[in-house]
Amino acid sequence: MMLTLLILFVGVLGVLAVVQLIRVFELARKIRGHRDDQVTNRENRFQSRMMMVFLFGYFAFFAWCFWVTKDKLLPESASEHGVGLDWLLNFNFLIITIAFVLTHIALFYFAYRYSGHRGHKAVYMSHDNRLELVWTIIPAAFMAVIIIYGLNAWNDITADAPEDAHQIELYSFQFAWRARYPGQDGILGDANYNLVSSTNDMGVMTPKFLDEKIVELEGDIALETAKLKPEGYPEIDPSSTMGKQYTKEINRLERHKKRIQKLQQLEYQDAGDDIMIADTFHIPVNKPVHFVFRSRDVIHSAYMPHFRAQMNTVPGTPTEFHFKPIVTTEEMREKTGDEEFNYYLYCNKICGSSHYNMKMIIIVEDEASYAEWLAEQTTYNGEPAGELATGFHHLKSTPENEEDKQEATEDEVAQMN
Amino acid sequence: MASHAATAHAPASAHAADHHHEENFFTKYLFSQDHKMIGKQFLITGTFMAFVGMMLSIFFRLQLGWPGEKFAILNFFLGDKWAPEGVLDPNMYLALVTIHGTIMVFFLLTAGLSGTFANLLIPLQIGARDMASGFMNMLSYWLFFLSSAIMIGSLFVETGPAAAGWTIYPPLSALEEAMPGSGIGMTLWLVSMTLFVASSLIGGLNYIVTIINLRTKGMTMTRLPLTVWALFVTAILGVLSFPVLFAGVLLLVFDRSFGTSFYLSDINIGGMALEQTGGSPLLYQHLFWFLGHPEVYIILLPALGITSEVIAVNSRKPIFGYRAMVASILAIGFLSFIVWGHHMFVTGMNPFVGAVFTFTTLLIAIPSAVKAFNFISTLFKGNIQFTPAMMFCVGMVSTFISGGLTGIILADNALDINIHDTYFVVAHFHIVMGLSAVLAMFGGVYHWFPKMFGRMMNKKLGYIHFWLTFASGYGVFFPMHFTGLAGMPRRYYQYTDFPMLAEFTDLAQLISAFAILGAIAQFLFAFNFFYSIFRGQKAEQNPWKSNTLEWTTPVEHIHGNWPGPLPTVHRWAYDYSKPGKDVDFVPQTVPLEEGETDEGH
Repeated sequence: MMLTLLILFVGVLGVLAVVQLIRVFELARKIRGHRDDQVTNRENRFQSRMMMVFLFGYFAFFAWCFWVTKDKLLPESASEHGVGLDWLLNFNFLIITIAFVLTHIALFYFAYRYSGHRGHKAVYMSHDNRLELVWTIIPAAFMAVIIIYGLNAWNDITADAPEDAHQIELYSFQFAWRARYPGQDGILGDANYNLVSSTNDMGVMTPKFLDEKIVELEGDIALETAKLKPEGYPEIDPSSTMGKQYTKEINRLERHKKRIQKLQQLEYQDAGDDIMIADTFHIPVNKPVHFVFRSRDVIHSAYMPHFRAQMNTVPGTPTEFHFKPIVTTEEMREKTGDEEFNYYLYCNKICGSSHYNMKMIIIVEDEASYAEWLAEQTTYNGEPAGELATGFHHLKSTPENEEDKQEATEDEVAQMN
Repeated sequence: MASHAATAHAPASAHAADHHHEENFFTKYLFSQDHKMIGKQFLITGTFMAFVGMMLSIFFRLQLGWPGEKFAILNFFLGDKWAPEGVLDPNMYLALVTIHGTIMVFFLLTAGLSGTFANLLIPLQIGARDMASGFMNMLSYWLFFLSSAIMIGSLFVETGPAAAGWTIYPPLSALEEAMPGSGIGMTLWLVSMTLFVASSLIGGLNYIVTIINLRTKGMTMTRLPLTVWALFVTAILGVLSFPVLFAGVLLLVFDRSFGTSFYLSDINIGGMALEQTGGSPLLYQHLFWFLGHPEVYIILLPALGITSEVIAVNSRKPIFGYRAMVASILAIGFLSFIVWGHHMFVTGMNPFVGAVFTFTTLLIAIPSAVKAFNFISTLFKGNIQFTPAMMFCVGMVSTFISGGLTGIILADNALDINIHDTYFVVAHFHIVMGLSAVLAMFGGVYHWFPKMFGRMMNKKLGYIHFWLTFASGYGVFFPMHFTGLAGMPRRYYQYTDFPMLAEFTDLAQLISAFAILGAIAQFLFAFNFFYSIFRGQKAEQNPWKSNTLEWTTPVEHIHGNWPGPLPTVHRWAYDYSKPGKDVDFVPQTVPLEEGETDEGH
């Protein structure tokens, strides 16, 4: 109590002190003839010098930011197209940094140099058509170059995935990722959002999952129906508020069941031989990977910054992205000098409370280790993926094949040069 | 006060009989139909909203700088539910980010900026007694007020305010199961924005009609000050694009409440397969960004207009290349309607469409560059008076260039792949749109404060406010370019769960420290603002020795603006330091001397 009063008292005193201080300032201003609608020569000089100080401070801050982050930025691109993108990024940065430095020097130097003083008159210049034409054409020319390079890169990146690319599905939901590899048939089986359950994260279609879902729904329906006839209590009137609620839920579950039954009638690609991976997934180096994306609930975004790759995952609309990894995890660990380095898949579209921690680790390794890893995985059918899992057909290359490939890469290199 | 009103009123009513009516407290200060008062209402409401938005950003900057730390202040403001023991809740983090964005983009930089300066300047600078419709103008403000009240109210609902980001992409925003903020909080957001769209449309139509119809004698379109040109094109953009946002929001309301599926398809959430199928979440993004991109220029154009005016007046020189400035405003306005897809490069949109949007987006760089060069050459060989307004506007040219240049990187669809939705984007739009518009708005407030309140703002405090704001603005956003290039995604509650991002803790703390410094500087401004309303130095009629018509009105506000007949305009607004004149300014009302040319205006 005393303390509160004391605080209040000090507060009031503080306000009084500030008010008095302001009045002192007001009087002092009046005596000095200070005016807020005119800037004195001295003030102009001071502020114009401050402009120059700021210019150097700004450039120094730029350099400092560059210096302290230079070892923390993304390491060299781990994907083939990323090498070109990094070059393009640096090229664009070169252009805009030059423009930034020149315009800022001009802006702040003019502010400093032409600071006003009494009795001086500015030079009347209303326009200069030739000058204005020049500084319209120069940016236009630079834009043309940037657009041409940019669209070239874009067209290459978004072209159809090569036919020998490994297909991997990435699936997002609140708040985790799953990867799926095609099994022995080399094709990703069908999936349907109606089939998602605690045992079937990705909602893939296999006869077993379809049957299980029917059983699950029938169980739910039975539970809800039982609620209408509670043991030891009178039956709930279906037209009462509660009754309506239960009936509504029963009807919903019935409709869900019907949708599953309809799916059972369809001809579909059985996903039983597919392999689902959580937490850490592997991809082979120097082989194009064709990612297809699905989402269960809201929009997420599959962001793999080390590979310069990103694509949103959109419920109801499948999306895709493909790239060729060129640096294995081991190699990148050496390059970065960080033994614990890992490639990550991030979520990069706001998706809810744990958006910030929705990730997978990506391991890039040579083809043999990749094949070995994949063979150890288990399919949906519960069998070991084994030697025949996807990719093995073309991964297990014969010596002649190896040579062919060597030539092909050499050709590509020649073309790029 | 009463005697002022009476004496000032008499001549006005003699000339404009329709303006004659008694004023009481309610009609003068609350339900005023006078454009000057409505402008002040927009300014004060917008400023209040800005302070709310700023405090929200400080709250989440505390979490970002010191992830998982306990802050008593967070617990004090957010309570045990959203900041238990002072540690911010991840859902509340997203809500803070969302409402911060919404308030700053719409309530401060759309309504606060356009609402203030369009209302104040359009009639005064074109020589009109008031807006075309005073009643609609009043309606526009009160709808905005209601909208603000609902948005603030949504901060206090139990499940928290909207939290799906200021762009509220469905399905996240459509489904209550997706996050608590998508419940009643989102409903209030949608209601608030609907009212906001109505306010903006009513206001915008009024601005357009006023500029087209009520220009005084001699005020041809090529003699309009650039502020009016900018506000004119801004109003057109708003009228053409806000209805599209409304359509998008309406469909979202249907999806949320009436079981339609415009944006929903194949969704399984909360253990339930939704029955709504066949929609596309991308449809919403198209509708949203069809407003969203012109919206950027709805914010930026008035800022550029204010800067043009302030820089010309204080350089004591004509704005360089008036016609090019008008042409670039028109070009930016037109192009802003055909670039929205650059927000959607990585949504899975057809790559060819992406290529078209890259092309159109990069075209905007050209008129923007022209504007920047013209600003700089206006300073060249000037006699620059560093008033606080001028400081802010020079600062604005710097942020406009710094932020605009990184736009070239982001517009490039190939490069956007890897920096989309990272802190690089946060840096870019905060500098080019946020900082630029805020600096120009401050410039405008310092410059037209004597017109609004008949007193001057304190110059010294203005200088301190400028340097703190300008330096801390760059201090906050400049380092974000680098964290963005390192692949740090935006809207992360904490980035320490990724080893690569955890290295940036020091930088994040620096950013937060700058943010707090910047926030403190704004309280300095608030003090200066309110103090000067009551005790600032009394203003002269034309304190900055400016040419435009608003400075020919009496200092004391009167209904109808000019006591006598409306002024006649004889020249453009930029005859500063014209050779052969004794003084370095020639107001627009001064007739051309014999043999004097006005360069075809």
